[in-house]
Amino acid sequence: MSIVDMDGRQDGRYKLQVIDCDIHPAMTSWREIHPFLEKRWIEHLTTYGSHLRHAFSEALSHPRMSPDAARGDAYPQQGGPPGSSLELMRRQHLDPNGVEIGMLIPLRWNPGSQRNLDFGVALTRAMNSWQVEHWVRQEPRLRASVLVAQEDTPGAVAEIEARGGDPSFTQILILPRTDEPLGRRRYWPIFEAAVRNRLPITVHVGGTNGHPSTGGGWSSYYMEEHNMVAQAMQAVVTSLVFEGVFERFPTLRVVIMEGGLGWIPSLCARMDKHWRRMRSEVPHLRRPPSEYVREQVWFTTQPMEEPGSSAALIDLFDRIGWDRLLFATDYPHWDFDDPRTAFKANLTETQRAQLLHGNARKFYGLDG
Amino acid sequence: MTRHVVATVEQIPPGERMLVTVQGREIGIFNIGGEYFAIGNRCPHNGASLCKGRIVGLVEAAEPGSYRFSRNGELVRCPWHGWEFDLRTGKSWCEPDRTRVRSYETRVETGGALEGPLKADTFPVSVEKQYVVVEV
Repeated sequence: MSIVDMDGRQDGRYKLQVIDCDIHPAMTSWREIHPFLEKRWIEHLTTYGSHLRHAFSEALSHPRMSPDAARGDAYPQQGGPPGSSLELMRRQHLDPNGVEIGMLIPLRWNPGSQRNLDFGVALTRAMNSWQVEHWVRQEPRLRASVLVAQEDTPGAVAEIEARGGDPSFTQILILPRTDEPLGRRRYWPIFEAAVRNRLPITVHVGGTNGHPSTGGGWSSYYMEEHNMVAQAMQAVVTSLVFEGVFERFPTLRVVIMEGGLGWIPSLCARMDKHWRRMRSEVPHLRRPPSEYVREQVWFTTQPMEEPGSSAALIDLFDRIGWDRLLFATDYPHWDFDDPRTAFKANLTETQRAQLLHGNARKFYGLDG
Repeated sequence: MTRHVVATVEQIPPGERMLVTVQGREIGIFNIGGEYFAIGNRCPHNGASLCKGRIVGLVEAAEPGSYRFSRNGELVRCPWHGWEFDLRTGKSWCEPDRTRVRSYETRVETGGALEGPLKADTFPVSVEKQYVVVEV
């Protein structure tokens, strides 16, 4: 008999091989970013603080199921929020879960939602440098995301150009519920820069950016908000398709991250149906909407759907396209998907390998 | 079934829990107001360590706008996805028949009453003390 610690557990049955497309690093405090922020903005931060495009700047619109939306077992012993300790991330996640490559998705202090656009842009520069110095240089398995303040298009483009040649970065991160639907032309310079730098645009759920948390207004419960992130993602995909973004940028690649999966075939079918009837309103779409999605949009798997039967899940993957699915855990958040147990389906070893690492390796060009 | 001494009663005060390994199995021992319960540590949903979960009560409602709170401290919420498990039975609240964790018999015995080869691996068992015993 002994007291045991699950964190260091190893699975002896087979060697896990995982590319995790969604890991959330956190700062111990604002102070951690000071070395990367210009003096002018440190003073701004100290004097005025962060001012997001919603009320209660340091809070979220709905209290999460758990503080910081975190796994109950992900708090570093030395203090600081979950995701702030690289040592714990290695011991609890990267090592035991066989993570070869992990993509960093910083969410807090959302630079794209800062009311002060200049501060937002400065914050993207600082947080991008912080990812490199604080994480990627310390841990070669990690990769950074180019944060951009999308409401200041020139600032966003400049940041993409500044980071585009650095292999530490694998994608450009934007949160949904932007000021206007993401396909609107004001954002096209960002897509152009993404294509030019061969970086995908990744849209990860997070925050409301001043918009109601559901399409029908503000909800009472976190559970409602949590379900309705799928609505926000549907709005992103619909806008990108109908505004003609994929037609204008045929090599643009988009990742929809943490938005759920079950709605994708249904949305595609609805868009195709309506296109057949109302195509003349959007003559710039030369093909059925589903074809743009099938060719230019990828989806991360977490939070994995649990439809109750293996056949239902496999049918869903068939409809979305097995090659469009990128595995993600969402570590250290509460709705973490474990690579051993996330897929409640009878997968072949080939299918499992494709989902857990093969697709992401190809998509992000990680073959070396 | 074999009985295993896993702790002294003082080691797990009311409201507390202890994670032990017995015959290779990780088992959480919980003290609910002086009663001891034991469940497997691995969450049957996705494998998290249940022993790291919060201990909560049961909240129910007969209709919208009302609530009834009972069984304070008798459920554990998985530290990952928040599934609630009844510490007395190991059954999950939402899918009691389909998603449940193994529960084990426990009892409290004094050292003097423990017979034969029964002993703890990591500490000596003395005659006068009281011990938590789990059947595995």
